[in-house]
Amino acid sequence: MTLYLQAHLRHGKDFELKVNHELPLEGVTALFGRSGCGKTTLLRIIAGLERPRGAVVRFGGQHWQRGRQFLPLHKRRIGLVFQEHSLLPHLSARENLLYGYQRTPAEQRRLHPDEVTAMLGIEHLLDRRIDQLSGGQRQRFSLGRALLISPQLLLLDEPMAALDTQTKREIMPFLSRMAAESGVPIIMVSHSPDEVTRLADRVVFMQNGQIQNVETLREALARPDSPLFDDAGAASVLEGTLGEAGEDNARPFGPPEARLWLTSSAPAAGMDRTRISILARDVSLSLVDPQHISIQNHLPVTIERIDPPRDNRCVVACRTADGQLLLAEITARAVQQLGLATGKQVYALIKSVALLA
Amino acid sequence: MFQLGPAEWQAIEVTFKLCLYTTIILLLLATPVSWWLAQGRTQFRTVVQAIVALPLVLPPTVLGFYLLITLGPRGVVGQTLQDLGFQHLAFSFEGILIASVIYSMPFAVQPLTEAFRNLGRRPVEVASSLGAGAWDRFRTVIFPLSRGGFVVAATLTFAHTLGEFGVILMLGGSIPGETKVLSVLIYDHAEAMNYDAAHSLSLMLLIFAFATLFVVYSINRRFEVAKL
Repeated sequence: MTLYLQAHLRHGKDFELKVNHELPLEGVTALFGRSGCGKTTLLRIIAGLERPRGAVVRFGGQHWQRGRQFLPLHKRRIGLVFQEHSLLPHLSARENLLYGYQRTPAEQRRLHPDEVTAMLGIEHLLDRRIDQLSGGQRQRFSLGRALLISPQLLLLDEPMAALDTQTKREIMPFLSRMAAESGVPIIMVSHSPDEVTRLADRVVFMQNGQIQNVETLREALARPDSPLFDDAGAASVLEGTLGEAGEDNARPFGPPEARLWLTSSAPAAGMDRTRISILARDVSLSLVDPQHISIQNHLPVTIERIDPPRDNRCVVACRTADGQLLLAEITARAVQQLGLATGKQVYALIKSVALLA
Repeated sequence: MFQLGPAEWQAIEVTFKLCLYTTIILLLLATPVSWWLAQGRTQFRTVVQAIVALPLVLPPTVLGFYLLITLGPRGVVGQTLQDLGFQHLAFSFEGILIASVIYSMPFAVQPLTEAFRNLGRRPVEVASSLGAGAWDRFRTVIFPLSRGGFVVAATLTFAHTLGEFGVILMLGGSIPGETKVLSVLIYDHAEAMNYDAAHSLSLMLLIFAFATLFVVYSINRRFEVAKL
């Protein structure tokens, strides 16, 4: 399934959007870029809320817009979630949730209120007025409402931008669970590297109204200069199964040949497909597997690439035993002294791990 | 003092009919116009907005005069109607109804435009994405969320039509049961030095107008629509 987009649009003197791309649609695709780069406009074109002359929007085999042909939003079956809360103020929480469900023909319904409310943890809130809901709860209702039309595509416009950090942390697990369980392709606008690394499978980088490139999250994170890295510098994202905590509170992550131990108080149950993030500067390399050291996580890795030094520091890309990419940031001097080179087997010592989602 | 004769009752009936029909027609007409006006500010919209607001500043006699020469037997509309075998519209109830619709237009359009602007585009976009078509969106989202604007528009239109005088006199004259509305009847009574009758009708209108405005401003405070 792909989404073909061709559009040329000018707003005033300063803004020009020009795209001609075919985007694959499995999983979560993030439109990433600074504010004003045109990502929200692109999302509105996909939704049919903007209708630039001459644009072409093709979803799978179906033309949503081409020439004079234009399918209005209410016939596209797109779930839309906006950044600020957009529940209809004159309806109750339940009426909001069911507004689209009631308008979806029975034979098209794949998701039903019971499973969606359970997935989003909002069963106990259905009878509230919407001004009795917190920001995070409102956003969960917006997500549920969009899911209940059994959409062919979900568009999320910075769904967490208006939420505080605490609420974001509360919403994030629901979003990633929704992405994994609903089976609906998602396009998400974001300017937050954190959100993208947690949720996305693929990143569309946008700049000045143009699509720069489309990469899988892995590819995007393998570049040491990736725009996804914020001030903390390069980071890698590893995916794996998180096991249950043992007696010492440590939880195994990943397969035995590339096992990490995490101490985290977060969700107690084991989770499939969990993501963790490791900052490159928290990873050291050693030629031998050191004993008698406080760092608990040692992984055997193979050096795949050493990037040229910047400010005397090199990012070294290593392949773990289960084939994932781990970035280490070490000094150029260390690279020389240890004689590091592509293909060499070393041990990565990981000082700190952040559990995502 | 408040003894209403058959002439008064007839005038009240004509007036009430005129106000009611005007309000219904204007709500149907003003809703799409206001919606369109609320969608943005372009040069063309400003022109339309100015035309709609003209009756606010024009002397009613000017409006009445132009309507008379358009709708009357020699006017474009009046003559065409006659050629088709109908009556021309001067000195008829239909004529003053058309005049009222034009004359009270700003009192329906302005509160509705304001209400639609306050509504913003978000609720409508949300409803579309949830599968609601245009009429469904109007019925279940736009109308309930701008109900205050509709109440204000209806009340003001009704009350303003009640206060019409100049336009009706110019176009409709003073034909009992056809175009003689309360304001014209009061004028006739006063001309005939029949002050008692003029007084009772005037007081009635005064109380009604006050009650109407009181209702409008109470709603206005709650909904914050319609800045007039």
